[in-house]
Amino acid sequence: MNRFPTWKYAVIAFVIAAAFLYTLPNFFGESPAVQVASAKSTVKVDSSVVARVEQALQAASLRPNGLVVDDTGVRVRFGDTDSQLRAKDVIDRALNPDANDRGYSVALNLLSASPTWLTAIHALPMYLGLDLRGGVHFLLQVDTAAAITTRVESLAAELRGQLREKNIRYGGIAREGQTIRIRFRDPAVREQARAYILNNVPDLNVAERDDGQDLQLVCTVKPEFQKRVQETALQQNMLTLSKRVNELGVAEPVIQQQGADRIVVQLPGVQDTARAKEILGRTATLEVRLVDEDAMRGGSSFGDDQFPERRRDGTITQIPVKKQVYVTGEHFIGASATFDQDQRPAVAVELDDAGGRTMRQVTRENVKHLMAIILFEKGKGEAISVATIQSEFGSRFQITGAFTPQETRDLALLIRAGALAAPMEIIEERTVGPSLGRDNISKGFHATLWGFTAIVVFMSIYYLVFGLISSLALAVNLLLLIALLSLLQATLTLPGIAAIALTLGMAIDANVLINERIREELRGGATPQAAIAAGYERAWNTILDSNVTTLIAGLALLIFGQGPVRGFAVVHVLGILTSMFSAVTVSRAVVNLTYGHRRRVQRLAIGNTAWK
Amino acid sequence: MEFFKIRRTIPFMRYALIFNVISLITFIAAVFFLVHRGLNYSIEFTGGTLIEVGYKEPANVEGIRRALDGAGYKAEVQNFGSSREVLLRLHLEKNESTSELAQKVLGVLKAENANAELRRVEFVGPQVGRELAEYGALALLVTAVGIVLYLWLRFEWRFGLAAIIANLHDVVIILGFFAFFQWEFSLPVLAAVLAVLGYSVNESVVVFDRVRENFRKMRKASTREVIDSSITGVISRTIITHGCTQMMVTTMLMFGGQALHYFALALTIGILFGIYSSVLVASPIVMWLGAKREQFIKPARKGRHDEHEGAVV
Repeated sequence: MNRFPTWKYAVIAFVIAAAFLYTLPNFFGESPAVQVASAKSTVKVDSSVVARVEQALQAASLRPNGLVVDDTGVRVRFGDTDSQLRAKDVIDRALNPDANDRGYSVALNLLSASPTWLTAIHALPMYLGLDLRGGVHFLLQVDTAAAITTRVESLAAELRGQLREKNIRYGGIAREGQTIRIRFRDPAVREQARAYILNNVPDLNVAERDDGQDLQLVCTVKPEFQKRVQETALQQNMLTLSKRVNELGVAEPVIQQQGADRIVVQLPGVQDTARAKEILGRTATLEVRLVDEDAMRGGSSFGDDQFPERRRDGTITQIPVKKQVYVTGEHFIGASATFDQDQRPAVAVELDDAGGRTMRQVTRENVKHLMAIILFEKGKGEAISVATIQSEFGSRFQITGAFTPQETRDLALLIRAGALAAPMEIIEERTVGPSLGRDNISKGFHATLWGFTAIVVFMSIYYLVFGLISSLALAVNLLLLIALLSLLQATLTLPGIAAIALTLGMAIDANVLINERIREELRGGATPQAAIAAGYERAWNTILDSNVTTLIAGLALLIFGQGPVRGFAVVHVLGILTSMFSAVTVSRAVVNLTYGHRRRVQRLAIGNTAWK
Repeated sequence: MEFFKIRRTIPFMRYALIFNVISLITFIAAVFFLVHRGLNYSIEFTGGTLIEVGYKEPANVEGIRRALDGAGYKAEVQNFGSSREVLLRLHLEKNESTSELAQKVLGVLKAENANAELRRVEFVGPQVGRELAEYGALALLVTAVGIVLYLWLRFEWRFGLAAIIANLHDVVIILGFFAFFQWEFSLPVLAAVLAVLGYSVNESVVVFDRVRENFRKMRKASTREVIDSSITGVISRTIITHGCTQMMVTTMLMFGGQALHYFALALTIGILFGIYSSVLVASPIVMWLGAKREQFIKPARKGRHDEHEGAVV
């Protein structure tokens, strides 16, 4: 009765062997490496790059331990961190001759030192969270309302042009919040405008309103439009962030959307958190607008925005700027720090086609007028450059202002990395230094190790052979859990390690249940073989029920948990699942192998049961 | 080896009232401290900045405090784990650029002692904190409802209700401890509390399982006798299992460092009270709610004879 069919043993053996295989990479540790990836969409990492890397290393007489080329780029492995650091500089210089225009990101990384045949079957070490390996985690809130407002503003500007073009005479167009109000004098014209908007501007809902003397059209944006703008703003911001992260040279950055309007950025291994935050946190957008010269001469500045301008002599003046935005940050495709003809620091910028066209039109119509370039940072605008348009220009021009050379470099970097479609704010930050990460790993490891040892010792003394078998099942549980975590590449955090320990502590429950039940059956006078069978069978219902209730709590944590709680929940839930297999099936298989094939079993080594 | 040689059924239910009164008093005390003192929420919930700094030699906490006061920062400064590590807590201040705060504070600390090494920074904005608290409460609610539903399905509604009453009161008692000692209530502690909830319900389930089994076996026994005999039957397993789990938790307390300290502490309280409440509180509640044998035994089929009933020959 206590025998498994051969296929069952085979399946169990196979599962354990596979688990062992996938756990293996965790024992090899990591070796320092340099990672080369493309920093621009136009630049590809191909064999010529590999050749250049090899050449550069040879020239510097650095010997790499290995070189891997895959979709993400080239990774070169080194024996020690010294040559890794030197190699990084050498490769960086060789691939990016112009420090202002980097085609490749060159980053330090740690690569698993496991043999390539393991990597080939996707056996990778566990993915350690930031609290274990050190690094920075940011949660950014995207102000999507601001993005929508900007888009409504440009819709208003487009409407202004289109109505003028169609010769529909309106009294005025103004944006209030996310609605556009158009005033008319003649009802017939208003009807004409309404028909035009309905037919040609699908993003707007139009309503008529009569406000005393005024005839008005009130245009509100449709919800689909808002949703679309929100989504594209988020996408654009994520793209921008990844470009900025590339500038930082981080290996394996994580940039993910969270919820409708949040972005998670994780930069493992980053040491210089101040610089990372400075680059990422600068929520700069650029806008090109015209200065209201009437207002500057003392006229009414009604309907203008005021922005401070920092003059070269250090004084600050307020500049009245018209509301219409001609070119926004997303049209800037290139920027580099330079000097103008008077040897003042300047930023040379390049616009995309659409931006260039708009720019050409605006400058043609406004020669000898003042143009302002406004930089928005943290919700505040600053006129970084106010200059007279000397002549018509298009997609290439220079921004000059009261800059130091360092400022032009930073500004160029910001523009080059792309502007944000909507302002962002850091609402959560976790920075973990590398030494703390190492401490956490060793503490978590020791807690688990000693707890495990204590349980094994106790179980073996208390339940003798059955205790040993239970301990073996517990070890298999640990093996399965680590294999599963490695296979799924789920992020392991310190709470995750705590969950491993706790899950092991709870998983032994199933074996205690079984062993107690077997003892009870023996006391009740059952034969050893019958006691084993009945013990496992009767305990199974209880084990199932109790694990399901634990699982419910685990799933609730997984669904609603955030941050550290999630790391805990993932491991906890996986651990409960593996424990059901190991505690019941694996331990039964070992018991069956030990006792099931003997003709006669006089007594079971499960501790003293003869007292009744 | 055998710790428990229980030859006779222990009349647990004779003391049911006493167990529940003890439980009720602890519960009321816990609620009192929760209301009166409140939980000492970590900055994950309240929002704010937490900075952990390591030094090469024992840190001069007084000096750090003075340096920060001098620079105009209101920070709680305390040792963390060892004398070489210091934890600073800065609460949210309005009109302050929080994202640069950590760097500025580190600057002040480096000026005070050049060996200061940044180990960890956590900054949580106010809206994130509120959400975390909401999600935590939601997780607790969903767990409770899920467990009641499952036990209702597998056993009977009385069992589901009794288990959840007994174990939610565990949760309140853990929280009461945290309120009384003003231990820091952080996200890992919340995870521990929910894990305890699942774990100690599991304990009740083991007892209930035996109760169900014994209802079927012990045909003549009263509900009280069935429950007594069931608890007696599983008590050794209960203590051994909890002992094993507690061994693991104890090593976590010993080796896990400060980061896991309160997590392990919450588990310890949860395990101790879990044994008590899920066995000695849940079972009497089941009894008082009126659990009976008939609820578990399918009524005997009568159908076969019906067609002849009333037939007169």
